[in-house]
Amino acid sequence: MSMVTINDMAFVCIALFTILSALGMVLSRNIVHSALALIMTFIGVAMLFFHLDAGFLGLVQILVYAGAISVLIIFAIMLVMHGEPNQTNRFNPSLGTHLWGAYIALLMTAGLVAAIWFSGLPEVKGRTVEDAVGLLAELLLGKYVIAFEVAAVLLLLAVVGAIILARGVEEK
Amino acid sequence: MNQILQGAWIIPVLPLLAFVIIGMFLHRWPKWAATVSILAIGLAMLYSLLVALEVFSAQPGEVFVMAVPWLNMPGLQVNMGILIDPLSTVMLLVVTIVALLVQVYSLGYMEGDPGFASYFAYQSIFAGSMLGLVLSSNFGQVFVFWELVGLCSYLLIGFWFERESAKEAAKKAFITNRVGDFGFLLGILFLAVLFGNLDYATLEARLANYQNLAVLIPIAFLLFAGPIGKSAQFPLHVWLPDAMEGPTPVSALIHAATMVAAGVYLLARAFFIFSAVPQAMLFIAAVGGFTALFAASIALVQDDIKRILAYSTLSQLGYMVMALGIGAMTAGMFHLMTHAFFKSLLFLGAGSVIHALNGEQNIWKMGGLAPKMPVTTWTFVIGALALAGIPPLSGFWSKDEILLGAYASGNMLLYGLGSIVAFMTAFYMFRLIFVAFFGSSKHDRHAHESKPVMTVPLLVLAVLSFGAGFVGSPLMGNVFAHYITAPGVLHHQPNVSIMAISSLLAMAGIALAWIIYQKQAISHLSLRRRWAGVYQLLYHKYYIDELYARLAAVFVDGTARVLEWVDLRIVNGAVNGLAYLTAWTGRTLRYTEDGQVQTYALYLFAGVVVILISALLVVYTALA
Amino acid sequence: MIGLTHYMILSSLLFGIGVYGVLSKRNAVAILMSVELMLNAVNINFVAINRFINPDQVVGQLFAIVVIVVAAAEVSVGLALIISIYRHRKSVNLSDFNLLKW
Repeated sequence: MSMVTINDMAFVCIALFTILSALGMVLSRNIVHSALALIMTFIGVAMLFFHLDAGFLGLVQILVYAGAISVLIIFAIMLVMHGEPNQTNRFNPSLGTHLWGAYIALLMTAGLVAAIWFSGLPEVKGRTVEDAVGLLAELLLGKYVIAFEVAAVLLLLAVVGAIILARGVEEK
Repeated sequence: MNQILQGAWIIPVLPLLAFVIIGMFLHRWPKWAATVSILAIGLAMLYSLLVALEVFSAQPGEVFVMAVPWLNMPGLQVNMGILIDPLSTVMLLVVTIVALLVQVYSLGYMEGDPGFASYFAYQSIFAGSMLGLVLSSNFGQVFVFWELVGLCSYLLIGFWFERESAKEAAKKAFITNRVGDFGFLLGILFLAVLFGNLDYATLEARLANYQNLAVLIPIAFLLFAGPIGKSAQFPLHVWLPDAMEGPTPVSALIHAATMVAAGVYLLARAFFIFSAVPQAMLFIAAVGGFTALFAASIALVQDDIKRILAYSTLSQLGYMVMALGIGAMTAGMFHLMTHAFFKSLLFLGAGSVIHALNGEQNIWKMGGLAPKMPVTTWTFVIGALALAGIPPLSGFWSKDEILLGAYASGNMLLYGLGSIVAFMTAFYMFRLIFVAFFGSSKHDRHAHESKPVMTVPLLVLAVLSFGAGFVGSPLMGNVFAHYITAPGVLHHQPNVSIMAISSLLAMAGIALAWIIYQKQAISHLSLRRRWAGVYQLLYHKYYIDELYARLAAVFVDGTARVLEWVDLRIVNGAVNGLAYLTAWTGRTLRYTEDGQVQTYALYLFAGVVVILISALLVVYTALA
Repeated sequence: MIGLTHYMILSSLLFGIGVYGVLSKRNAVAILMSVELMLNAVNINFVAINRFINPDQVVGQLFAIVVIVVAAAEVSVGLALIISIYRHRKSVNLSDFNLLKW
């Protein structure tokens, strides 16, 4: 067995953190706790990005996900919360659906893990790129400029749509 | 010799041509229709005489065959052609003479009938078909004409088709015949499969060398089914009495002289097959003998003049079949010839009576006809004497040959049976004569003798009934047997004591009839009362018709019910079941739409999982 | 040694947890959060593969960025929808919205 490096230890810690947060999010009965766990998961994922030498992406993750999206979610929770805090995020009342859901999820995970485990995937990280951001910029505004523009338009539409939906229909 | 025989195919063609001409053109001119028809049969008769001259001046064993290949497959060859030997020549003469006389008689009998032209058309096609049957050289052709004469019988029995009883009788005749023909056809197919050829001559040659005789047993029995139907043997006899619904000349021609004799003719033609199967011969003799007794017993108590004659025909046919069964083919054919003459005479005479009495057929409503219709009466008596077997008329010689054959070949049971039937025959015929022609008149119609066009055929037939038997008698050295014979046919020396016994039995029968019905020393009514049960049984023809009707109801109706059940339950069930299945599936699957988005998401992911796992399995089994 | 396998297995686990959340939670917002989790798992996949197999091309990271953009848009619209529904039905339990039931 080869040496276990700090790198690997780091990975294990981050991975565990992320998974536990995710589990916490799903299993919690209080929606605010779930939201918090979600934020922790996002941060975990960002740490993974850093571990993978995708610095820019990790920052974007923190900014957008852990910052903006999570806040958005918390606001929404605030607006729609009613009743006991402990009862806000219960599981599906139909036990059948719940168990079937768990079963399907388990099968899917097992299938994917089996597929991955039995494939021969590379073990060693290759060389890192020096100027990842620069390359990203070049691609984003060069080869994939259409995707960039469309994404921008999508964001605009989303904003407009969200405003309209959230404002509701005026009583005439 | 060959010139005339080569043209002999014209004999059946002439009447068939007449049929076509009458059918297509002459419906509006009945007199012309009759003329064409009689001309055709007359010419056919003349040609037959020529043929007879040729054949009977040659050696007895000579056979003339002229055939063309009709169906030529590997393994089966069927020809179409004519075969002329003394046997077919005799049949030609009988058929053409009787047909001609009957058609001439019909000019008078059917006068005024709206279907006059159609009648002669049917008579022509019948004559043509019968002659075709007689001249056929192979089984396939025989079967074609066999069915054709059956069709003509149907057309002529149901001639007065407005009558319900006539329609029913025609159907009955055709269907009963069909049952027999089914067996006949199976036998022919067997022969075709076994030998690949249906010609009489070829088959006879091949059978001589054939080892496996056991396979011939079913063939012989199946082939015999045809004569059982066509010649109305028990149990397919039921159509013949009902066939009396047709006009009387039709009864005379078809159901006395010619068509019903076709079965006997076939037995003679195919004698080489039957004689090789002793079990079949025994069966044939038994069926014939039984039919003879059975029919004679019913004839004893019938009241309708035509029905008495019909059962008499059945009985005589039984005699002929029995003769062929015991191997006396010559005797059977001899009786066929004499029977044709005197039976048609009897029928035409009965027709004369019926015509004179405006349709009356019940003998108890007749009586006292002798002084008013002398020609009819005395020709009828001659016919009856011939039928009863009084020497020296023709019937005596032929019937005696049969009885002699039975006695001399050791069939004592059949000999005794034949003798009893001879007694009964004489009795019922003279019962008929004494009640209908003599005694006091029980009708009030003014009866008078028929026209010459009707009485001349009667006279001609009377002469033939008297004299036709001499050709087979010892007085002329039995010329008939000299020509009409085949390998395996029995011939016996004339036995005077047998002759004496049969004559005495006939005379005793006549005497008994005279005592009961003429002198009325014993009252027939008291006899009827004393043996009421037997009388009822015989009068109702042993209830066979009722039995058949019940069987038909059970089987046909029963089958229909079964099939109806199958149709309703199984076929409809399948279709309805499919519809129900679809509806049920819909009803059940409806519950998947519960409006819950998560359930739908579940289905979605479940599908993905299925695909994932299948792909994994495929890949891993492919890799392994 | 930590290889691509481990990253991908981690990603699969997160994805599975996300699926479980989608299928078994009652609160609409919680389901939306589980969807976000699934998207994050996919992002990890992209970046890991990019890092291990072809680090010169940063297309994987690019794709991950686009996914983030789309996720943001989707979350905003989705939450707006949920708030709108809440105004009418006073509930965010998905099991209460069964108008399409047979």
